[in-house]
Amino acid sequence: MRLAILSDIHANREALDAVLASLDAHRIDRIVLLGDIVGYGADPVYCLERAEALMAAGAIGILGNHDLAITSDDFDMNSAARAAIEWTRRQLAPPHLAVLARLEETHREDNVLLVHASARAPRAWHYITDPGSAERCLRATDAPVTLAGHVHVPCLWRLTSAGTATPHIPLAGQEMPLSPRQNWLGIMGSVGQPRDGSTAAAFGILDTRARTLTIERKAYDHYEAARKIREAGLPIALAERLLRGR
Amino acid sequence: MGRMQLQTGAVLDGFLIGEKIHQGGMAEIWEVTKAGIDVPLVMKIPLILDGDDPTMIVGFEQEMMILPRLTGPHVPRCYGCGDFSAQPYLVMEKIAGESLLSRFKQAPIPLEEVIDLGARIATALCSLHKQDVIHLDLKPSNIMLRPLTGDPTAPGGEAVFIDFGLSRHLRLPDLLAEEFRVPMGTAPYIAPEQVLKLREEPRSDIFALGVLLYTLATGQRPFGNPEHKTKALLRRLHEQPVPPRMLRKDMPGFLQEIILRCLEVKPERRYPTAQQLAFDLSHPDHVALTERATRKPVGWLRNFLAGRFANSADAPLSRIESYRHATTAPIIMVAVDLSPEGAPLREQVQSLTAMLLEAKPLARLACVNVLKTARLGIDTMTEEDGTSTHVKRLVELKNWAAPMRLPPERVTYHVLEAPDAAEILLSFARNNHVDHLIVGARGSGGVRRYLGSVSTAIVAEATCSVTVARVPSAQQEEETMQESVLPAPTP
Repeated sequence: MRLAILSDIHANREALDAVLASLDAHRIDRIVLLGDIVGYGADPVYCLERAEALMAAGAIGILGNHDLAITSDDFDMNSAARAAIEWTRRQLAPPHLAVLARLEETHREDNVLLVHASARAPRAWHYITDPGSAERCLRATDAPVTLAGHVHVPCLWRLTSAGTATPHIPLAGQEMPLSPRQNWLGIMGSVGQPRDGSTAAAFGILDTRARTLTIERKAYDHYEAARKIREAGLPIALAERLLRGR
Repeated sequence: MGRMQLQTGAVLDGFLIGEKIHQGGMAEIWEVTKAGIDVPLVMKIPLILDGDDPTMIVGFEQEMMILPRLTGPHVPRCYGCGDFSAQPYLVMEKIAGESLLSRFKQAPIPLEEVIDLGARIATALCSLHKQDVIHLDLKPSNIMLRPLTGDPTAPGGEAVFIDFGLSRHLRLPDLLAEEFRVPMGTAPYIAPEQVLKLREEPRSDIFALGVLLYTLATGQRPFGNPEHKTKALLRRLHEQPVPPRMLRKDMPGFLQEIILRCLEVKPERRYPTAQQLAFDLSHPDHVALTERATRKPVGWLRNFLAGRFANSADAPLSRIESYRHATTAPIIMVAVDLSPEGAPLREQVQSLTAMLLEAKPLARLACVNVLKTARLGIDTMTEEDGTSTHVKRLVELKNWAAPMRLPPERVTYHVLEAPDAAEILLSFARNNHVDHLIVGARGSGGVRRYLGSVSTAIVAEATCSVTVARVPSAQQEEETMQESVLPAPTP
């Protein structure tokens, strides 16, 4: 089975449309929305409606911290993120909240664990940015492959035989074999707000039969997405970071 | 993990098991056959000792990941692999003959053979590094030579690397990262940065090749055969080998220059690429000699001090910069037309060359001129005043390059004698792994285009990038626009 994993869409309509349109070429069997469909961007309604249609057609939806913050306050968020959450709440109607309510905390599909932030305490929203946090996530599950998002920078972590985690920075479009003898943690990067220096949307392709993971990049009209953020009166920094990919 | 007992006559995934031809400490090799595959095959099976020792397995996993992704004549072609859920194995093309180990044991061997082997191995390294793979365990038992065939156009004689168990694929996750407490590699060959457990430096292979050349030429190992313990290996971070000419009096300076440059502690002081090393080994007369060529043994005091005063300008290795081969250190070849009518073009070619060299400080330049010979008959290759035409051309070529003020180690000069200029230029570019060829085109119009000029033939057939220089004139500009090649910028 081939899964397309879309994480951290963050209400970016242009990025989501570009990624979904590119999936035809990847012969996808199932789509995974790995959390944070909303927050930061100017199109939460559109993105939630698209998510609802995808889930009706079989997509898996995972809960992210921004999704949860719509209905329950998150005091760990920075001011720009909180401002965006408050703005987003004003855009949404009950049917949109119903979509958010259907998102799962984690999902296990055979050997693959899907979670937004970390397998260790999924609702604590730990950031996997160093070997320590990666190791804690890898040790919290018996799934050989864990896929997560949340940090907006693609990375592939492996648990060494010594029990530490070691990173690999994926090259866009490079198919990476995931040896069945190892435990892997793939960080997908972000569809709607990439932060690794590239403005292109990032998403993952997991082939469960061939046991390969590929991080793909898709350029989209990030100028338009940034323009809409400014026009909506959202914090200007949220528009600027789309233009820088940081 | 249940494993079948492998024996002659058994069948595994369609491969009929033949004789066991090698029993090593880490793996065994069996001859196998399969219907539909008519090249000789071998199957490599890892020895899994009691308790599934992870360090034994992980090297085989790494090889299973890397070998199937490699192509070209310098690696055995992979025909199948079985994963660890059943019986792990790799099936690959059988390379006839023995590894270099037997020849190695006869060292010292004739210097011509050392140079020839070195060039073959460096060429194989070019191919490997261009595929983003670093071998990291280069040694005689891991290198074979494809048997020569009677047919000169058929492949043969290429160095082939075997055993990718410690190798690194730069685009894939490294299964060996942080798996071992001690540095990985074979003690006599291991490069300083490998001692520090860095596994992403292609120039580590150039260091190992230096050890190999040194040993083949002198019969002695440059760093002995230290115990494989980190403490003993740490000496490599500052150790300078005895200059090989001290051990082999008939070794020419250029060979000591090449070997000691390979053995530099800091990767950035070694050859930047295997291509550039192969180039020097193929053109001994053009090696720029530095202090290395005449170096005398380093006293124990200097070696001691080098280890103590690590902060001096000559500091031993502490950190390496990330590095990509041909993109940062290409071999640039420039074809220079020395005929009187080529004068305006020469200037244009020179300014383009200078521009490229400025952009790539690690690039090296090969200046080439073709001395046309008759297809039939004997040419008089002597000028009226008795000097050889060849030498005269060489001097002119150097004069042409002089205004660029290139240090001698960055530039070489070649006068090639052949009846067909395009053909000899193309074959020089191919044989020397040239990355970028600069050639001038004398005008673009009319008869020349239909009859075929040297530059047209080069653009059509070169396997590398080509820049075509032109002298723009009012009349030619219009035609230039229609060309697919890059026109020279207006000065």
